Amino acid sequence: MPSAASQFNTDATRMVADLGHRQMVQLSLSGYQKARTGNANRFQDWESARSRAAAIKDEAILHLDRYLEQFEEKLVARGAKVFWANDAVEARAYILDLARAKQARAIVKSKTMVSEEIHLNEALEKAGFQVVESDLGEFIVQLRHEPPYHIVFPAMHLTRGQISDLFQQKLGAAPTSDPEALTMTARKALRQAYLAADMGITGANFAVAETGMISITENEGNARLTSALPKTHVVLLGIEKILPRLADLSLFLPMLATAGTGQQLTCYNSLVGGPRSLEEIDGPEEMHVVLLDNGRTRLLADAEQRDSLRCIRCGACLNVCPIFRNVGGHAYGTTYQGPIGSVITPHLRGLQSWQHLSQASSLCGACTETCPVKIDLHHHLLQNRRNGVAEKGSPFQQIGFKAFAFVVNRPRLFGFAVQAMKCFAPLQRLFDATPADPVWPWTKSRVLPSFARKSFRDLWKQRTT
Amino acid sequence: MNTRDSILARVREALRGSTGHSARHGEPQGDLSSHSIPEEELLRRSVAEADTAESEVHATDGSIGVRRVLPKVPDDFAGQVALFAERCDSLKTEFLPCADDAAVSAQLKLLSDREGWESVAFPASSEIGALLANLSIAKLEVSRSTVKTDLEKVSAGITGCDALIAQTGSVLLTAISGGGRALSVLPGHHVVIASASQLVSDLPAAFELLERKYAPNFPSFMTFITGPSRTGDIERVLVLGAHGPRKLTVVLIGGEGGGKVIGEK
Repeated sequence: MPSAASQFNTDATRMVADLGHRQMVQLSLSGYQKARTGNANRFQDWESARSRAAAIKDEAILHLDRYLEQFEEKLVARGAKVFWANDAVEARAYILDLARAKQARAIVKSKTMVSEEIHLNEALEKAGFQVVESDLGEFIVQLRHEPPYHIVFPAMHLTRGQISDLFQQKLGAAPTSDPEALTMTARKALRQAYLAADMGITGANFAVAETGMISITENEGNARLTSALPKTHVVLLGIEKILPRLADLSLFLPMLATAGTGQQLTCYNSLVGGPRSLEEIDGPEEMHVVLLDNGRTRLLADAEQRDSLRCIRCGACLNVCPIFRNVGGHAYGTTYQGPIGSVITPHLRGLQSWQHLSQASSLCGACTETCPVKIDLHHHLLQNRRNGVAEKGSPFQQIGFKAFAFVVNRPRLFGFAVQAMKCFAPLQRLFDATPADPVWPWTKSRVLPSFARKSFRDLWKQRTT
Repeated sequence: MNTRDSILARVREALRGSTGHSARHGEPQGDLSSHSIPEEELLRRSVAEADTAESEVHATDGSIGVRRVLPKVPDDFAGQVALFAERCDSLKTEFLPCADDAAVSAQLKLLSDREGWESVAFPASSEIGALLANLSIAKLEVSRSTVKTDLEKVSAGITGCDALIAQTGSVLLTAISGGGRALSVLPGHHVVIASASQLVSDLPAAFELLERKYAPNFPSFMTFITGPSRTGDIERVLVLGAHGPRKLTVVLIGGEGGGKVIGEK
């Protein structure tokens, strides 16, 4: 199996050449950009809102232990069960055991990136459970046996034609080019799934410590149905989802909607704080909340990049990223794509295998500028590069940089080297941008600048008069 | 050590390593001297920094501070109703202000005829039943014994709510005011009956209301509904009625401070 880095190079190269795909992505995101800007402008002060959101998240992160304990205590008091999972294996095992204990035949799921992170569907299906993704985009990519393309818009890369073909093939639907008809096909298919399911699995956008509630943001209503109808409701979330107070949502709900989809408020923002209570007429009999670490405490220990835990998974950094817009979501090979994925994946899955994503950046800073919780994304990409080399640079990097340091610390040698390069340059021109070019890895996609006739040092010497 | 304790231990260890300062300013991690400072002191410093680091921001100044950044809302009732109506319009929510109960009954009859309802569901033993007296279609009173497949078949679900929010055009309802979790999401059309006194200005006011009304015994389910169910997952084209109701109607009873509150016991 090729390394993640070489796989990325192969996939990215292929996707960049696919003009149809690039056009599709640009078109999809153009409406978002407009709506987002419009809604951010409705805020009296979007910039202060960002600072405020960052400060609230910092407060949560810097007291994570206490807030997690409070969150658990409140939830348990209301009859929910809380399970703490160190890693993906433990989280999967808990949910599998629960599904077996409940003799769940059918399981319905609403969108949760954490379940992608721990590969929950594969595990459940392998154990013989039927799992249906209920978010329309997720439903589509599940039918295609594909991972989500984007953390917010899972099927953004597909045309209506492709989706129609898929529904014809898998659901026996009539061909159509009408997105509404396609949506209704999925609605019909999924209605049965909600009614039949004995277990519903959702994620959570926020976890309110003060009141012990999870908050789910969605547009379709699938998470509401998933958390209302089945007898058992399972919530899977990362430990960084904590917010200190219930009232903090009055800021975070509209900010997530604005940054995520360009809406003022997403259609449904639901708070769930336990199974149905005695005076309530419906709702699940049991609620299980799985709190997942899976590398997040490693990220927490890195004071320099700890602010990445503020992330509310709005996807805004993906939408503005020139790399994402050209290579697309699947090329990353990660659960979390785009700048935030490039920053956190090395912490979650190992620096050496995933630092290449931090190289795939122009460091333009658009991600940092758009982030609603002010994560210093592009600097973290630089830090990952530094950490990667410091931890274990390639022989080329180690020898190369030592040689470079040796030369630049010796003025005479440096002057000689510059002259030598100048002599060498015309030779290089003969092979420019061909595989015979000694600097081919550079010139195959870039233009090698030519040497100035006079170096800075020459000019400096002549400056006196 | 169980998994809970091991995660909490790792969290504490991670936080002990350094203060929040370096997290924000990119200073090298692992200020060794900090190990000699008691944990409590370290955390307090971290909070102080977190609270003052970003210009004048204070994370805990409550609703006053949040209101300075959120979208502006008129102070007066008429302005708030107008804003709510405007938000409904852009969200494709149908908004029907009515003077009194008789007007509401008449509106519901019109709605039923227009939409061709065959059946409606509403919370058992609520005042909604009386408002539906002149509808001669099947009526399902939702209670603990209601079967979800029956509820799925009804044409419309009619509920009360806890509040309407002018700022966002949202309906706030809970498992109590909404007649459970399913009634407001399973039928294809959701009709909300609200009194004018339930209109609040903005999101901070809505959360204040929830705290005042329920804390510490919140219903197990509370939701902010902002327009009918929708999706843009296919080529980012807006389609209404993805999984929840295709239609949302908000009926508002009475003028400023008036109107009967539905769903309160």
